Amino acid sequence: MHIPDGFLSTPVWAAMDAAAAPAVCLIARRAQRGFDESKAPLLGVMGAFVFAAQMINFPVGLGTSTHLVGGALLAFTLGPAAASVVMAAILAIQALVFQDGGILALGANTFNMAVLGVFAGYLPYQLWGRGRARRAAIFAGAALSVLTSAILALSELLLSGVRMTAAMLGVSLALFVISAMAEGAISLAVIGALESIQPGFVRQPSMQRSFALAAVALVAILLVTGGVLVASAAPDGIQKLGQAHNLITTPLSGYQISLLGEGWLAKAGAGVAGLGLVYGACVLMGRKR
Amino acid sequence: MHHVVLDQWSRGSSPLHRRDPRAKIISLLVLLIVLATATRGLPLLAVSFAGILCAVAVWARVPLGGVLSRAMLVLPFTLVFAAASWIGGDPARGAALVLKAYVSALGALVVVSTTPLPMLLRGVEMLGAPRFLLMVAQFLYRYLFVISEQAQHMRKAAAARGGSFRSAAGALAILFARSYEQAGDIHRAMLARGFQGRFQPLSTPHFHKADVVFLLLGSTAPIVVRAALEQFV
Amino acid sequence: MAPVVEVRGLNYRYEDGTIALRGVDFRLNAGESVALLGPNGSGKTTFILHLNGLLWGDGDVVVCGLRLDKSSAPMVRRKMGMVFQDSETQLFMPTVIDDVSFGPLNAGVDAHQAAERALAALERVGMSAAAARAPYHLSAGEKKRVAIAGVLAMEPEILVLDEPTTFLDPPAQRELQSLLSGLPQAKLVVTHDLRFADALCSRAAFFREGKIVAEGTVAELMRRFEWD
Repeated sequence: MHIPDGFLSTPVWAAMDAAAAPAVCLIARRAQRGFDESKAPLLGVMGAFVFAAQMINFPVGLGTSTHLVGGALLAFTLGPAAASVVMAAILAIQALVFQDGGILALGANTFNMAVLGVFAGYLPYQLWGRGRARRAAIFAGAALSVLTSAILALSELLLSGVRMTAAMLGVSLALFVISAMAEGAISLAVIGALESIQPGFVRQPSMQRSFALAAVALVAILLVTGGVLVASAAPDGIQKLGQAHNLITTPLSGYQISLLGEGWLAKAGAGVAGLGLVYGACVLMGRKR
Repeated sequence: MHHVVLDQWSRGSSPLHRRDPRAKIISLLVLLIVLATATRGLPLLAVSFAGILCAVAVWARVPLGGVLSRAMLVLPFTLVFAAASWIGGDPARGAALVLKAYVSALGALVVVSTTPLPMLLRGVEMLGAPRFLLMVAQFLYRYLFVISEQAQHMRKAAAARGGSFRSAAGALAILFARSYEQAGDIHRAMLARGFQGRFQPLSTPHFHKADVVFLLLGSTAPIVVRAALEQFV
Repeated sequence: MAPVVEVRGLNYRYEDGTIALRGVDFRLNAGESVALLGPNGSGKTTFILHLNGLLWGDGDVVVCGLRLDKSSAPMVRRKMGMVFQDSETQLFMPTVIDDVSFGPLNAGVDAHQAAERALAALERVGMSAAAARAPYHLSAGEKKRVAIAGVLAMEPEILVLDEPTTFLDPPAQRELQSLLSGLPQAKLVVTHDLRFADALCSRAAFFREGKIVAEGTVAELMRRFEWD
């Protein structure tokens, strides 16, 4: 989800710009490895590939089709740092050339999709990509990358006081889950096809435990589940939060978000939260190699 | 494809086209921030900014209708949320959303349509963004249309083969492999012409008097306009 | 007169073990134009990639008196301009002038002079009007000319071209041939286009299975190998 300018409240877009800037600088440095810029064309071309790939339709039944988002696929083939840089470049071009996403909002969009989305997507692959759960790891990683970035975007919108009806929220969350599943399926299928063309394209996950990776991914997951918990458990919470921090810029009378408090959405949210906490615990305990 | 038209507009030769990209970027950021942080008298502010941007577009000899309609790309997404606000009993908020989103997009478009993208990226680099990232964006832009065209062919081929999930995945894998191979060809061509690890820029924009004037005007105008309007609201 | 390119006993084996070049000996003299003919997969392109160190095999490669190794490669690449088959990946910079000045800039020339050399090279190939354009919008023939300008800007002594007439329509092929004929550099051209080879080159070498099996004029080799 590319957030345009005008949606996010000042503390939110400013904080996200402040978070994204150093993150992107660090990741770019990591991806570049020293002073050699010779990888720039490869990353640029693969960015163009992702753009182009979005034109190819994958039928998902009922006459509808969807397309690849690409962050996780890039991470599985180029490594997470390079993938992150490519996604950041894609977002910049999308904002500037295609007016898809705002300029002040670029920090938020970049953090959501190029940083957290990519790293959260890579984590399952790093943990389980070598073993027999490899295919599941690829699927889960791709799904997670789309889900975390989408829910994060949604949280930023809610935190900014953007009003959503219960129906919109429900439909959005449902769409996120569907896109996540699709991304998982497409990424898995493409990785499979790639391996039959040339196995070398797909990286073996690195043996090193990367604390930075785990930390970033954990933050992503906790934010996501935290966001869902807050939204489902405390419908007025958003409003009160907004009030307390003076985020909402219009008069508050009659302002309400009513969510499906008792319905399946809340339960699903709790479920995701629970899963996330278990996941996070595993990450914290680490995997010995 | 969209970006072709934007590319054409950006290669014009008006005074605005000739301004240092940094001055344009900074002025845009000021405008966006002043707009984003505004809470009072928003409709009038947004309309004033839109008016200023239209005047700038005309001065820059960029097709005004084209720019105005291209900025409408933000509207589908925005109107959904505006509708939600309206349904929820707060139409003012919905209107604010539409105005801010549209005028911000308009501002960005005016800058992008008067600055060739590589020059814009160079300006962003000079303002402190990581060079490596911007080089990646530069190559992305260069090969965007090339690879998209290849994807078009693949899309037809995949459709001809029945358009199944599997054939689409296969098509993507082939596109991936081709892209990778082309990147290898590029690398070889770079080495053959003496590439030693660092891209040397051909031109470095320099600030001239006109750029200083533009920067002063561009960065103070939004603030002055908002201050003035807020006196009356 | 010393040859500008001298190759002795060049062997090369791919990673999978296939032998690509078996003891190739070759000579190119100053100002000469030589065509490399032969079936696909016979090693022609693999061979030329060894001349400026894009591939490294066993044997000696001497370019303009310099023995090719890792330290002399930058200088060799200045002396030898290589034009690849695919112009789209050869012109990788955002604009024509950016691309043509890539070579000089890498050679340490300052930006102002690099731009001047680029413009002079573009003038030489008749593409000065396209200096500010993006390569994507050029026709195949125009791209090829800009690619040649890109190597001319480095002021090389040798031009190596890999299948330059691919993608060119007959008028563009003729234009290319007359452009190249007018350039003083020694030329090595890998090609299947026999009319082009015959018009441009005084000599040809025929590759088969990684070896040069015969040399002569283009016409002679066509007859001998029934290559037409």
